[in-house]
Order: sequence, then C-alpha cells, then structure tokens
Amino acid sequence: MRVMAQMAMVMNLDKCIGCHTCSVTCKQAWTNRSGVEYVWFNNVETRPGQGYPRRYEDQEKWRGGWILNKRGRLALRGGGRLRKLLTIFSNPTLPGLDDYYEPWTYDYDTLTNAPLQEHTPVARPKSLISGKDMKIEWSANWDDDLGGSPDHGDKDVLLKNIADKVKFEFEQTFMFYLPRICEHCLNPSCAASCPSGAIYKRSEDGIVLVDQDRCRGWRQCVSGCPYKKIYFNHRTGKAEKCTFCYPRIEVGIPTVCSETCVGRLRYIGLILYDADKVLEAASTEDDHDLYEAQRSVFLDPDDPEVVRAAEQAGIPRDWIDAAQRSPIHALINTFKVALPLHPEYRTLPMVWYIPPLSPVVDVIKDTGFDAEDKGNLFAAIDALRIPIEYLAELFTAGEVAPVDAVLHKLAAMRSYMRDINMGRDPDESIATAVGMTGEQMYDMYRLLAIAKYDERYVIPPAHAEQAHSLEELATECSLDYDGGPGMGGSGPFGEGSGATPPVSVENFQMLQVRQTSDSIVAPADKASRVNLLNWDGRGAPEGLFPPRDPDPDAAATAGDRS
Amino acid sequence: MSTAEATTNSGSVDLLLWVIFPYVCLAVFAVGHFWRYRYDKFGWTTRSSQLYENRLLRLGSPLFHFGILFVFAGHVMGLGVPESWTKKAGVSESMYHATAVGSGSVAGLCTLVGLAILIYRRRTVGPVFSATTKMDKTMYLVLATVIVLGMANTVVANLVGHYDYRLGVSVWFRGILLLNPHPALMAEAPFGFQVHGLAAFLLFALWPFTRLVHVFSAPLGYLTRPYIVYRSRGDSLGSRKPKRGWERVGS
Repeated sequence: MRVMAQMAMVMNLDKCIGCHTCSVTCKQAWTNRSGVEYVWFNNVETRPGQGYPRRYEDQEKWRGGWILNKRGRLALRGGGRLRKLLTIFSNPTLPGLDDYYEPWTYDYDTLTNAPLQEHTPVARPKSLISGKDMKIEWSANWDDDLGGSPDHGDKDVLLKNIADKVKFEFEQTFMFYLPRICEHCLNPSCAASCPSGAIYKRSEDGIVLVDQDRCRGWRQCVSGCPYKKIYFNHRTGKAEKCTFCYPRIEVGIPTVCSETCVGRLRYIGLILYDADKVLEAASTEDDHDLYEAQRSVFLDPDDPEVVRAAEQAGIPRDWIDAAQRSPIHALINTFKVALPLHPEYRTLPMVWYIPPLSPVVDVIKDTGFDAEDKGNLFAAIDALRIPIEYLAELFTAGEVAPVDAVLHKLAAMRSYMRDINMGRDPDESIATAVGMTGEQMYDMYRLLAIAKYDERYVIPPAHAEQAHSLEELATECSLDYDGGPGMGGSGPFGEGSGATPPVSVENFQMLQVRQTSDSIVAPADKASRVNLLNWDGRGAPEGLFPPRDPDPDAAATAGDRS
Repeated sequence: MSTAEATTNSGSVDLLLWVIFPYVCLAVFAVGHFWRYRYDKFGWTTRSSQLYENRLLRLGSPLFHFGILFVFAGHVMGLGVPESWTKKAGVSESMYHATAVGSGSVAGLCTLVGLAILIYRRRTVGPVFSATTKMDKTMYLVLATVIVLGMANTVVANLVGHYDYRLGVSVWFRGILLLNPHPALMAEAPFGFQVHGLAAFLLFALWPFTRLVHVFSAPLGYLTRPYIVYRSRGDSLGSRKPKRGWERVGS
C-alpha cells in the first residue's frame, strides 16, 4: 500500500443554477491575459449540449484519454510514444480555434471618438486574434439554456446511444448545468502525452500542473486530455490549465470558483488513495465497472492501518485529520452520492458530481402531484428513464444502476427531511429503503443542503516548515527573487520571454499593466483598443473614456458660458 | 603547426571569412544558448501556430521538418565522415556520390517545398502573420537562403563540373571543429559552397536568439521516461532558493 493524498472536488449539480459566476471569477483571476482569451479553466455547460470545445466528448475524433489495447493493457488512445513523436510537427487531433471560438472585443473607442453624424455610432466586434472586424458566430456558452437546441441539440455526443429518446421540443426536453474544471486525474493522460515531461502531478496533494519553464509547446497534451481542459496559449506557445488555485489551496482557502459559487454547490477536501492500485483500476476490463474500480482505489482514512501507512508515507498528521473530516470522502464513499465524470476515459478523474434530481422533480411538479412524496418520487425516477440514461452516459459509462441508486438516495433525503420539517415523526423506513440510517440521512442533508462553509471546504494548509518554498506565504520581500525586480512586460523574444517572476509578483504586475497600458491585440503596435474582458473596473485605460480636460477651471467657465 | 602553415598560405580575407567568422559565430552560438537558457527558459518554445491554422500546416510542417532532419543526417555523413573511411568500408566514390545526391535532393526538395508552404502560410494567414516577430522574419530569411543555396549546390555541382566537397569543404569544416582550420580549402571551393557555408554560420550565430532553439528540446526523453511524472511541491515551485541552512533534507 502506497498512500497518497489527493485534493479533490465534488459538485452538487442539483444546486447549480448556471449563473457562470465560477467561470467569470476564474477567468478574471487566471485567464484574463492576451493569448488565453478563449481559455476557460472553468466553464459551465448546459446539458444536453455540445460542451466546450464543441463535441469534446467525441473521442473517436479527438482520441483523448486511455483505452485497453488488444492485449488488455492500458494505452493512450492517441497512440504510443513513437506515434506522438512522429506527429509532433503537425498534431492531427488538435482542436482548432474554430472548435472553441474566435475571441473578440468591441470597438468601444468609436463610441467616444466618432465625429458628429446622423446615426448613433456602433461598437463593432473586433477579433482578438487578428484585430480585424469579425462576425460573431459562436462562443464558450453559445448553446446555454438549450439556446438553439432544435438546430444543433442533436450534436451532443452522448446522444449517440439514446438519440431517439431525448426530445428537443421545448415542452418535452430537460436540462441541467455541468460546471467543469480540470479533473486532476489520478492517471492523467495529458501528463502521459507530454513529450517534454512538463506536466506533473504534485506528490503532496495530487494537483496536476504544467511547468511553464519546461513546456516546449508540442501540443500533445491538448489532444491527450479527453476533457479538453488543457489549453494552448497562442501568444506564449505554452500549455496552460486549471491549477486548482494552488496558491490559495496552499494557504488553506478554497479555489476561486468554489469561493464565489453562489449556489454553494462545490466541496473541496482531501482523499487518501493507494497509488499502487491506480493502474489496476484504470485497466478494469468493463467500462461499467470503472466507477466501482476507482472507488476501490480510495482508502478509508479512519482505518488505523491506513493511518499508519499514511504516516509512514510522510503525510502530516493534520492532513490525515483533514482526510477524515473530508466532505469528499463522505460524498464519494460514505453516502456514495458522488459519481465521476466520464470514467470510461480511464484517467480516474478527481472532480466528482452529485447527479441532479431536478429534471425528475420538475416533471412531477408539472403533473400536479406532490414532488416530495417518496412514493411519487421513487416511481418517477423509475419511470423517467430518459434523464437517467443520459446521466449514466455522463457519469457511469452508461450503467444506469449507480445513477438510479444516487437519485433514490437524494429523493429519499427530500422525503425524510420533509417529515421533520413538517413537525412529523421521521419515517425510518424511507432511509432503510435506500440502505441508509436516519442519522446518515440527516448528516447528508446537513452536508448537501445546509452546506456550511467549513464543512464544504476542509483544506489543510501546506506546512509551515515548507513556507520558504510557497508562493503566497511570502516570508521575505516578494521582489527578492532570482532575477531581481525587473518583472513586468516581455523580453526580446516575444510574449512573456525572460525570467519568470513568482505568481504573486506577476499578478501584481499584470494588474498594473492591465490598468495602465491595455491593448486588445498583442503585439501592441496594432491599432489599440480596450479589451473590456481584461478590464477589472479599476483605473482608466486609454481610449475607454474621453480624455479629461487638463484644466478643470477652464471647463467650469466653459460650462457657465453655455 | 599546420594552422600556422595554412595562415601563411592564405590572404587575410580568407582568414577572416574561413577562420575568424566561423569561430565568432560558433562562440555566439554556444554562449548565446547558455545565456538564453538561463535568462529565458519560459520563452524557450516552438511557438506553434497550429491553433490558428491547420490546413496548410498539416502539409508544410511535416514536409519541412522531416525533410530537414534527413538533410541534417546527410550533412553529418558528408561533413563528418572522411572520404578515406567510406573508401575503407568499400564504398566507391561514385557509389557514395549517387546515393548522396539522390537522397539529398529528395530530402532537400521536401524541405524546400515545406518551407515555401510555411512561409506562404505565415504571410497570408492573418493571425499567423501577426504572431510573427522581427526575429522570426530575419531567421526565415537566413534559413531560406541557406537551404536554397544548399539545394542549388547539390543540383549545380551535379549538372555542371564536378567538385568533391568531401576533400574540400568537409575537411575545412572538420578542421574548424577540431581547432585545426584549413582556410585555403574553402578559398578554393566553388562560389556556391562558399556562400552556403557563410550563410550557415550566420544562421548558427542567430540560432540562440530565434525560435530555432526548440531543436535542442527535441523530446527524445519521452521514449524512455515513465508516463506520469510526480514532483514534490518543495523542490520545484519556490520563488527563490532556500537560504543556507534551510535546504530540504533529502528523503
């Protein structure tokens, strides 16, 4: 047994209202730079829908993740090492900008600079790639809320097997939201695809990161990741991905997407797993067994054997405590209501989801029956096969039973708590019907519905004795790093060349640069316009507002005169 | 001793062109790479533009890259292996010549066509052109010159007159590397070979300051390393080296 700790996330889809706050705050924090305009480390997809990039789940086309080869051994779907090297000059499975979208801004300058004319001046869309006028045809969430579904709803990859059952007529359809970040997999195929070995998994907390100094821009990771959560920065020529906000996690605070989630649907915590069993689990023969196989990799943090092995592996005591209190462990292993996203990719993803009961509840409510009555709800789950089969395509490689079990538990919790809330005696038979006790039912209710901040996020900070190597716990002057305080701007070899400043210094500098000298299209010698996406409301970039009159008195007299 | 002899036999122009210039270029090449790696690890990348455009790249890039890999191999053979060695191995001059010219022109043609496609793409595709730096343009110019001259030498030397570069240019080039230069040999070489050689050394001097540095990150280690890389937070992410006495204890 080789115990390792993994920082993981669970999202409760029942509570997601699709407000995109997570996406926006993540973008503001991490990808509001030139070169990553189209990059959404966190995005929210409406399902059924195509996702972002479009149809990323079509692995026949994109060839991401792992498969079992003819000998039953785990192999990259995109081909082995030699094949990766031979296709390095032109990656055949790299999504183009068309598969994402061409990022744009608007020509706001015209609104203030246009000469007097008969018609109101218009801010025209300008491509952030070429700087030219463009026609907006798609974006990161173009099919949000089933927008345009009658036209392209059938392009959802998951509908291949259940196409005849899902209706896109407005009255008959269903939908829910799926927020996605990097999965920080136990068996990351992006890292396995990286020719330079720049993508690594942190041995302390399992966060998957790209070493920007070692990335050489070979682009194989973008193809290798089946979730398409590695993005290519087209300005610096390097791969970038969700960092699980490691500078925040290291000091014990949740990721930006979790912190700002208005639905409070995200949970962060540690989970202990046995690294020796990862390969075995990923090599499980039947796709349907992958969910259970991955669960078998996780260790019980309350088992004294496990605790001893964890201590021997150098996991600090407070981390073990945190693993015992972990909401992730509770949701995945104790209550068994969280499911992995696309386990059939065999990467053992570590961002799990509680499937939404809402499509079912909504349907019952519409029929006029009591949507929280156990009998009605249980019967409806069984009768409404369509959403369940769709959810199974997402979370269990098409196996309906686990999803069915989860939905029954969620339905049972509603009914059980209904009695309590109405002042009636709790009905233990509801809990036993789904294999739980009333106490467990109540605990689950606390975790899912009350969802207190310190119960949702159990994040042990990194250790004080490591403080000298942490980014955000600056124990010395933050300008005092190798290369000196000459940060900001770029060296002579294009975007971002030169020595790398630490994250904290870089962010500070970037904020200042953005506030003072923003231009939409780098290189900056192009006609410059303000990129509202990058503007955080502070400072006044040139061109956003009409120039101030340098002499306020003169302006006042001019005002008097008119 | 032979250096002194060679020096007296050639004029100062020859000395400048065929001894001093190559060494200056090689020095810039070596020191430049060292400096760039120290100063600009982050900028050390292929700067791929495949995201912008794929249709032309899919054709041009493999043509160019595989072509130039073969051309490089050909140069290692032609410049690195003395004629006496191949003779001993039982390969006659004409046999060697035929293979070299045959495979060389195919590889050269691929490289040239690939380069032409890539340059056309760089100029005509908007986003790709706007991502082109001044250094890129300079590099393309020199690189294209070197390749075109090299190709011309192969063709011309074959059709008109016969110059055995393996007794001339190759010996001079090995002399440069072995710190035993023979400038006279280059002074006698045909004009095409002279210019090709000069342009090539100019390219070497430019090398560390262009995107060509990605050649040195050819990911051959990928063939042998384990698929998943684990790294400890401590030894990689610090913004500065730990102070003396604060170093992590290796465990």
